[in-house]
Amino acid sequence: MVRTPAPPGPTVLEEKLLELAGAVPDPELPVVTLAELGVLRGLHLTGPGRVEVELTPTYTGCPAVEAMAADIERVLHDEGMVEVEVRTVLTPAWSTDDITPEGRRKLGESGVAPPRPGARADGPVALTLGPTRRSGTPREAVPPPGSAAAPEPVRCPHCGSADTTLLSRFSSTACKALRRCEACREPFDHFKEL
Amino acid sequence: MTTTPQGAPSASAPEATAPQSGSAVPVGAALALGDDALVLSHRLGEWAGHAPVLEEEVALANIALDLLGQARVLLSLVGDEDELAYLREERAFRNVQLVEQPNGDFAHTIARQLYFSTYQELLYGRLAAGDGPFAPLARKAVKEVAYHRDHAEQWTLRLGDGTEESHRRMQTALTALWRCTGELFEPVDGLGLDTAALHEGWLALVSRTVEQAGLTLPTGPRSDGWSAGAGRQGIHTEPFGRMLAEMQHLHRSHPGASW
Repeated sequence: MVRTPAPPGPTVLEEKLLELAGAVPDPELPVVTLAELGVLRGLHLTGPGRVEVELTPTYTGCPAVEAMAADIERVLHDEGMVEVEVRTVLTPAWSTDDITPEGRRKLGESGVAPPRPGARADGPVALTLGPTRRSGTPREAVPPPGSAAAPEPVRCPHCGSADTTLLSRFSSTACKALRRCEACREPFDHFKEL
Repeated sequence: MTTTPQGAPSASAPEATAPQSGSAVPVGAALALGDDALVLSHRLGEWAGHAPVLEEEVALANIALDLLGQARVLLSLVGDEDELAYLREERAFRNVQLVEQPNGDFAHTIARQLYFSTYQELLYGRLAAGDGPFAPLARKAVKEVAYHRDHAEQWTLRLGDGTEESHRRMQTALTALWRCTGELFEPVDGLGLDTAALHEGWLALVSRTVEQAGLTLPTGPRSDGWSAGAGRQGIHTEPFGRMLAEMQHLHRSHPGASW
């Protein structure tokens, strides 16, 4: 494919197509769109009726990428694009910091505690599990080399309490952890910082 | 991935970013890292339906999924991922022997996770800091592996600092797999990284967790005739062949099948 030099900015059509692709709901968390999740990296027309979309996975093994690509292809085909190429890009690595404020708000409203900000700067946030027999007190996980600890508490998306406990660091999908609120006793998913 | 409105469904997965033409990906190193991830992913997947509690079943499956994603990217750098995964013979795999060890009891799986995820996080951390062909994947995966290590450390503490039975089993597992840990720090052809230099950091992290759990760091051989250590040369332990047979038989029986 011979590509002409990229124009200085997105064209009106590219902006429109990007908006359409960005409005596609996430296959596993349909309350947020791909734009709000921050996984759409770019869209370029490569010829008449031909478009190339750059998508980045949340996790390397995220199986939803294939569904996302298929959904993007469908909406752009419906818009008259004959050939849609969805490319997966890994760099720069996606972070939960890429989720927009609106996306965070929607996650919370749907009962998923949004990720705490600053993941990209600090690396994965250390987690806490209940006490072991000998220690008697909850033990902070050993932070990865070179990372800052002391995370802010994960709040219950139902009642807002900061008194929540980790049940399992992997929940229904790799990107979520399972927690329980000690105030209202409801279990809930937490979108882990990455 | 390219489709037309009338076209057949596209290939099995979106293509990972191909390496820039000209920057050759060292095949041996890609296979070593990719096979480590693929084989451990398959082993962890064997827990599906057998894990001690539902949450742990989900956790192990999620870790397996992360590793499978890494394997797909790494193997796709040097060939067709399905051909490499399903059509190679045992001697062509370049994974360390640690990851092919059977799951054993839950403590064995956790010990394997502790040894391997600590190593993998350090390895990816170093690769992520460079600008080689594995850097894009490493920058992404190092954050996932940090969660794997945390998971393994927390369970090591739980089991070591739990009941007499769980303590005994965790100690047995750490000791049994110790002979497979020396191989992690053998040179990897074409990786452009001194893997031996990872050992000090690995030992510090593993020792800290083992001590906090009230367990004892094993002292057995790790690098002589009685230790494991030729997986990178394609020499594997006896259970690996059976694992591959199960992993590959469907694809080999029904070439090109899809659903």
